[in-house]
Amino acid sequence: MTPSAPAVLDIRGVTKIYGQGETTVHALRGITLRVERGDYVAIMGRSGSGKSTLMNILGCLDVPTAGRYLLDGTDVGSLQEHQLSILRNRKIGFIFQSFNLIPRMSALANVELPLAYGGVKPAERRRRATAALELVGLGDRVGHEPNELSGGQQQRVAVARALATSPSLLLADEPTGNLDTKSTGDVLDMLDRVSVSGRTIALITHEDEVAARAKRVLKLVDGDIIEDRRQAPADGPPPRLLQAGGVQ
Amino acid sequence: MRLYEVFRFALRGLSANKLRSSLTTLGILIGVAAVILLVAVGNGSSVQIASSISSLGAGTLTVSSSTSGRGGGGGGMGGGGMGGQSTQSGPRTQAKQLTLEDARALVDPENAPNVESSSPVVNANSVTTTYEGTSHSISQFVGTYPGYLKATSKSLSSGSLFTQQDVDAANKVVLLGRTVAEELFGRVSPLDKKINVDGVFFTVVGVLAEAGSSSSSFQDADDVAIAPITAVQGTLTSYGSLSQIVVQAKSADTVDAAQSEITSILNQRHGITGSTTDFTVYNQATVQSAVADSNRTFTVLLGAVAAISLLVGGIGVTNIMLVTVTERTREIGIRKAIGAPKSAILGQFIIEATILSLLGGVLGVVVGVAGSRFEIVGVEPVIVPSSVFLALGVSVVIGLFFGSYPANRAADLRPIEALRHE
Repeated sequence: MTPSAPAVLDIRGVTKIYGQGETTVHALRGITLRVERGDYVAIMGRSGSGKSTLMNILGCLDVPTAGRYLLDGTDVGSLQEHQLSILRNRKIGFIFQSFNLIPRMSALANVELPLAYGGVKPAERRRRATAALELVGLGDRVGHEPNELSGGQQQRVAVARALATSPSLLLADEPTGNLDTKSTGDVLDMLDRVSVSGRTIALITHEDEVAARAKRVLKLVDGDIIEDRRQAPADGPPPRLLQAGGVQ
Repeated sequence: MRLYEVFRFALRGLSANKLRSSLTTLGILIGVAAVILLVAVGNGSSVQIASSISSLGAGTLTVSSSTSGRGGGGGGMGGGGMGGQSTQSGPRTQAKQLTLEDARALVDPENAPNVESSSPVVNANSVTTTYEGTSHSISQFVGTYPGYLKATSKSLSSGSLFTQQDVDAANKVVLLGRTVAEELFGRVSPLDKKINVDGVFFTVVGVLAEAGSSSSSFQDADDVAIAPITAVQGTLTSYGSLSQIVVQAKSADTVDAAQSEITSILNQRHGITGSTTDFTVYNQATVQSAVADSNRTFTVLLGAVAAISLLVGGIGVTNIMLVTVTERTREIGIRKAIGAPKSAILGQFIIEATILSLLGGVLGVVVGVAGSRFEIVGVEPVIVPSSVFLALGVSVVIGLFFGSYPANRAADLRPIEALRHE
């Protein structure tokens, strides 16, 4: 990667203020952050630290009060609503804590949904959605609806949905928050593999074990980044696979 | 994102809650069916009235005495009967009843070239008739000339008409209406039988053809008997005045001309100089248009009532769509987060609403059309094609209009808030 290539995430002095007067809440107090392509960033913080606000801004679901946000070189602040929806569709893949699959739609239909909104033709859509589901190990569950799947399986469908459009950035908001230990391991292993394939990941968590799997850890307190620790190089494999490689 | 995709999402959304969707559809169905049915009933009664009026005779004028009335032509005459006193200060006019001579005078090729025939009429109401122990009260017993039948568009189904000779000789012969014949004779032919009419024996010479679909709202047009005027006067009625004179114009186009000829002849005969007349000439066409007018009002009223139920159905669509949007707020948030454009969300909900109302509309048309094949409160409904298209069109517009508010609300939801919604 050449240094001149735009960073996937480039945030400059972003603030977010909720409310007015005495009830004003400074959720973000001027955050500057640059995330290169292929990096795997964990954003840590307690509740109220502003990490969800940051996530919403990164996901183009919310706009900052001040500051600039460039996603893959595109200035998000200057976009209209319909351009934002295209941006979300093409550049961002979301993974939520509560899975957020659409009920009464099969796993395949759920994974196809972003492709449908992206204007992909039905045959191509089916092929890509099936491939994404096979990637997360659910090739045999394509016809199941969310309520017929376990939490871990649902989250894997959500990962498949996030990956189906080949986004520049995978945004995961507490992806293991509602999962048991085994499912947590499955999902984190999957994210490791996604990272190895070169995709950029931003993950929000408050669990140290989860953060330990990332290449870079940011600590957020009261709307400020107080720690920025690198655990593995951005263009290499994530730390756990690095360790495994080192042992061998 | 093609339209057909949005359409599929909409169908999926509707099928997710089938009971709710079908109940909403039912609301529109009732509205559309009501519009079609009630307008058809209104129209049906119009058609019925029009046909019963035309069965009274087209191109026919009816002259009746208006001495008892205070209104018509500013009459202001004293009560009925000869020699009523005028209560008016204007030119004193002796109110005259219509007489046989009046009727004869109207057939005048010189002064009344547009008059085809003139039939004097005397009426006896509720005349008790018996035949071999069977009794029936004829609601209208008419004494007249043979020309009356043609003038009032009546025809014979069997037997023959009495002749002018019968009239001159005051022969006791009678033509029976279908109802009377059936009541008195059943399936037996009444021809040449003698019936007792208030103690006078009349020989049946003919039976009238059925007058047609006069509904329960009218007097039975078949409960009638017609005899020579000379036979009726002096037996069932007094020798006095006529009930009316039925005049037939040469053609339907010359009715107005005939009317003015009649008026001038009778004015002359009754010595009327001013605007005050002692008779009234009814033109069936005028009556018909007046009745048609009032019936149109009736139809519009029925249509308005039905339109309100359609409106209520439309509000039902809005209501259910609002519930749906609230219920699916989170789903909308997810869709927006993964990149659904506003237009896709808007389209999905508008199409859902339109499918509901269009489906209701189509089923409503089916129910309305099927229902109008049955007789409703004695009226044979006649479907107005435009009401079908209007009701269907309105139901689609309702879907678009009443669906657009909830759909806009869905499309304007902010994804983060929608995602937070439980």
